[in-house]
Amino acid sequence: MGEMKQPLLIKKGAEASLYLASWHGRKVIMKKRLPKKYRLSKLDEQIKTYRTIHEPQLIHEAKKAGVPTPTIFLVNVKDATIIMEFIEGRQVKQLLNKASKSERQILCLRIGELIGRLHRYGIIHGDLTTSNMILSSEGKIFFVDFGLGEKSKELEARGVDLHLMKRALQSTHFRFVEECFNAVIEGYSKVLGSETGKNVLDKIREIERRGRYIAERKAD
Amino acid sequence: MKRKTGESYCLGIESTADDFSVGISTFSGKILANIIDVYIPPKGGIHPREAARHHAGVASSVLEKAFKKAGIKPADLSILAFSQGPGLGPCLRTGATVARALASYLGIHLVGVNHCVAHIEIGKLETGTEDPVTLYVSGGNTIVSAFDSGRYRVFGETLDIAIGNCLDVFAREAGLHQRVGEPFGAVVERFAANGKKLISLPYTVKGMDMSFSGLLTAAINLFKKGEHKLEDLCYSLQETVFSMVTEVTERALAHTEKKEVLLTGGVAANKRLQSMIKAIAEEHDAEFSVIPREFAVDNGAMIAWTGILAYKHGVVTPIEESFVKSRWRLEEVEVPWVK
Repeated sequence: MGEMKQPLLIKKGAEASLYLASWHGRKVIMKKRLPKKYRLSKLDEQIKTYRTIHEPQLIHEAKKAGVPTPTIFLVNVKDATIIMEFIEGRQVKQLLNKASKSERQILCLRIGELIGRLHRYGIIHGDLTTSNMILSSEGKIFFVDFGLGEKSKELEARGVDLHLMKRALQSTHFRFVEECFNAVIEGYSKVLGSETGKNVLDKIREIERRGRYIAERKAD
Repeated sequence: MKRKTGESYCLGIESTADDFSVGISTFSGKILANIIDVYIPPKGGIHPREAARHHAGVASSVLEKAFKKAGIKPADLSILAFSQGPGLGPCLRTGATVARALASYLGIHLVGVNHCVAHIEIGKLETGTEDPVTLYVSGGNTIVSAFDSGRYRVFGETLDIAIGNCLDVFAREAGLHQRVGEPFGAVVERFAANGKKLISLPYTVKGMDMSFSGLLTAAINLFKKGEHKLEDLCYSLQETVFSMVTEVTERALAHTEKKEVLLTGGVAANKRLQSMIKAIAEEHDAEFSVIPREFAVDNGAMIAWTGILAYKHGVVTPIEESFVKSRWRLEEVEVPWVK
């Protein structure tokens, strides 16, 4: 794994632990998927291996799509560990509720554009929450955590991806759901065209109606 | 028929799906009665109209049993609560009709209660938890929620069918036989206990949400091919769906940083699921609680208790607003009694 100095646990997520470390003189993030005791070891191994291999691939592909992501330095499948660039900045989650209305608009518009770029390139992020977006000190928005991502250009997958974004807004930024999501769709449509934007919106509505309890769906 | 002077009572009617239940609670949270009458279909799943017919048929006897058990008379009631949604339309309407008739006759206030909120509130009452991440898993629901700013927010849920539904349908398709009074989920658990081989099934977690319908189809197809032991299929099905829901619950726990996890709903009785949720609770230094089965399944006591909480905070439901809401989402409900 090379020279690794003082890894410092900075986030114990549900799926992986993130360590801030120094690696060959660079400030890096070490993402380690730890074994989950609650899962059977065979199932755990399958899931960890799959995600450890796919995540760096998608992170790399996202760059080609024009979406800032951390640079991958090393992948160790056996240890389920990925070493990547540390992005100096703040999570959009921490900024959004405190931002002014116009700042929120701009942030969400740009987020929408970036999601549009991913989708245009055939990448589904799989976990679009504001904790997985980092506004860097240089003012770029980086997308991280592609562990649940996949390659697809299907409308269904795109719809679910954006539906998850909306659900994240509803649980964490519930005061601004409408305005934020509208701005996201506006940015998204700028990249993929208004027709695709409209089709995806229709799809999101369909997905929502499929959900268990939606007021919009006609009563039995 | 003793009645302590000064004590106030609420009667709760639950009828969202296959259970018709009446519970009676004191305003201080003592559950005096909780009578549950389950509709058992002759074969197949629950037909809403048939279940509603069952509810209408047993309503008066269940009410009578509840009053007898609680040792109070109808005239002793201060308010009457009913589950207004979400659930199956015909079943909800039957319960609502009984509630309206009784409340009008007694001249007392009616309180419409959200079924999912009630599951969380009775869980808190019975286990003593205060601010948990709640995993509510039943035949009709799979919801991971936690309180934030006036409401129970939904952090993760199923994108299609509920976990209980997934297990039930598989059990029926595979022709598993229930013992008397044994729910299908318990049959799957019994078979799974003798399974050893993990068969690969689709593991579908999308962000915080889950999908079980593809997994169910895959499991049924594998069963029909007949290449695997039924015990191994039940084992693999259980391991996969429970791992998914545990992963999402753990993510909600990590995200909210709450210090309690509450497991509720009919599927909460499953020992394997309990052990998985307990493991993530320990991992995040949170306290794990599982609610006793009587209060984990759909029950009237939870409706009565939640009705009291709402009523104490000024919530009443005038008759003209007492129509049922079969798609009433958890996060639409303001819960002013939680701070």
